[in-house]
Amino acid sequence: MLTLLFDGVAYGMLLFILAVGLAVTMGLMNFINLAHGAFAMVGGYITVLLMQRAGVPFLLCLPLAFIGSAVLGGVLERTLYRPLYKKPHLDQVLFSIGLTFMAVASADYFIGSTQQIIQLPEWLKGRTELGEGAWMLGMGHYRLFIVAVCAALTVALQYILAKTRFGSRLRASVDDQRVAAGLGINVNVVFLTTFAVGSGLAGLGGALGAEVLGLDPSFPLKFMIYFLIVVAVGGTSSITGPLLAALLLGVADVAGKYYIPKLGAFIVYSLMIAILIWRPQGLFVRTGGKA
Amino acid sequence: MKLSLRWAWWEYALWALMLASPAVLPERALIINEIAIVALFAVSLDLILGFTGIVSLGHAAFFGMGAYVAALLAKHITPDPLMGLAAAVAAATALGAVCSLSIMRGSDLTRLMVTLGVALILAELANKLDWLTGGADGLQGVVMGPVLGRFEFDLYGQTAAWYSLTTLLVLFVLARRLVQSPFGATLKAIRDNRLRAMAIGIPVTQRIAVIYTVAAGIAGAAGALLAQTSGFASLDVFEMRRSADVMLVLVVGGTGWLYGGVAGALVFTLLQNAISAITPQYWTFWIGLFLVVLVLVGRERLLKPWTWFARGGKA
Repeated sequence: MLTLLFDGVAYGMLLFILAVGLAVTMGLMNFINLAHGAFAMVGGYITVLLMQRAGVPFLLCLPLAFIGSAVLGGVLERTLYRPLYKKPHLDQVLFSIGLTFMAVASADYFIGSTQQIIQLPEWLKGRTELGEGAWMLGMGHYRLFIVAVCAALTVALQYILAKTRFGSRLRASVDDQRVAAGLGINVNVVFLTTFAVGSGLAGLGGALGAEVLGLDPSFPLKFMIYFLIVVAVGGTSSITGPLLAALLLGVADVAGKYYIPKLGAFIVYSLMIAILIWRPQGLFVRTGGKA
Repeated sequence: MKLSLRWAWWEYALWALMLASPAVLPERALIINEIAIVALFAVSLDLILGFTGIVSLGHAAFFGMGAYVAALLAKHITPDPLMGLAAAVAAATALGAVCSLSIMRGSDLTRLMVTLGVALILAELANKLDWLTGGADGLQGVVMGPVLGRFEFDLYGQTAAWYSLTTLLVLFVLARRLVQSPFGATLKAIRDNRLRAMAIGIPVTQRIAVIYTVAAGIAGAAGALLAQTSGFASLDVFEMRRSADVMLVLVVGGTGWLYGGVAGALVFTLLQNAISAITPQYWTFWIGLFLVVLVLVGRERLLKPWTWFARGGKA
């Protein structure tokens, strides 16, 4: 019971790290980016390949995955994404689906379609159990590690967003791009940085999640739906919304698959549709911002 | 490209050519059949995307619904194709009517998610109800009776091609009439500016619900054609890739102009066959590249030769 809850939370935290970049960029540029999962996949593959081929230790791989995806995201933002901000949503959807298809096929071509396996270091392999009976809480060390990393990241993100100068610029740009630009904020640089960091976080999430979620070339397509659920349900105007949505989704998914395996993903999708019909702008929205 | 209420001569010529194609190219009948099905599916998406401006990533839900209903009916009740077609259209229409309630509110993203979610739920259902649908193995052993009790489906797909083309023609004429009517004009008004459409007294919600339902029914017909002519229904009819493909088909041919679906289906299917013959495993890469280039260059500019060609034909 508690174990299940814990796994759900770990899963939800992971989803949050994967999707938060998407939430921020979507709120910021009003851009529907279906290719976000591709950045996560890049991060995952960087980690796997570095560990397998170059023998780089796991902990060193994580920042490298972050940097790699962030650089890729920054370059793509500058070259491909920026001209599309003003285009209709249909164009954005087509473009990002195209990008995803390309990423899937390239990964398939260069690395192969088999599922990649990560060799975790020894100290992350064990499992600790607390309590007993129905209230036993079993925590895999790796999941504990994920929760710790993701919680630290969340606090850091919240701090940056709420307390720093960059954070206030970012929030101003999200609320109203034109006024922000009029106040002398270089909106383009804010966009570029945010996009790069968002992609980097996705890459980091992909690296962390490679062991839990599985990593193969169809990763961007498989998990794109989950990212979008997080964003659509959580709303795009804050990071607490997506966080809560991700936790909800993680717990619901793990519990649903455990208790009613026959209906599995069915519950998650129905829940999403019900929530979206009830609150079309997402569960946790701040009113007053740009719609 | 505007269509007027009266048919232009090139339209008659086009349809005559299409209906004659299975006889002229009997060895290509299978691919002609495929083109007709994709075209019908794209026409139905055009009704909601091109004429009402709703971005849907889950149109495959209705396609799949039609496919499964037609296949199940043929397997358990009657092998008559027209009955199956009618049942599939009815089922998809009913589903569309229910789903149309879900796309009224929210932003493009919300609608995208809801339509996608419906397709996913149906795929999940078809997967899990394996006593009915065969689960991941697909619904096999569907044997179709002859069309109208006279024309047997043959191995080379000639009958299938004619059957699909005729269905396409009938439904196309219906859709063409619909968008030329005052009802169609209100749809375009909603697409261009929803707020103003509401202000001049167009019942926006009701109009969107009706056209979404009709489009769902047509998509169901396309799905039924696929299931009946291939004698098989599998989970991939619900896949997101199918929804994305049909969107690509429509965009290649041009939205808001019903022939866009037909033209796009022709180009897309031939392209897909050509590319997948060269690189069977990686053809999605080229499709993706094509999409990216298409959007970056601009849909209208890249399509210029096509519109130019069509206008030349009309003059």
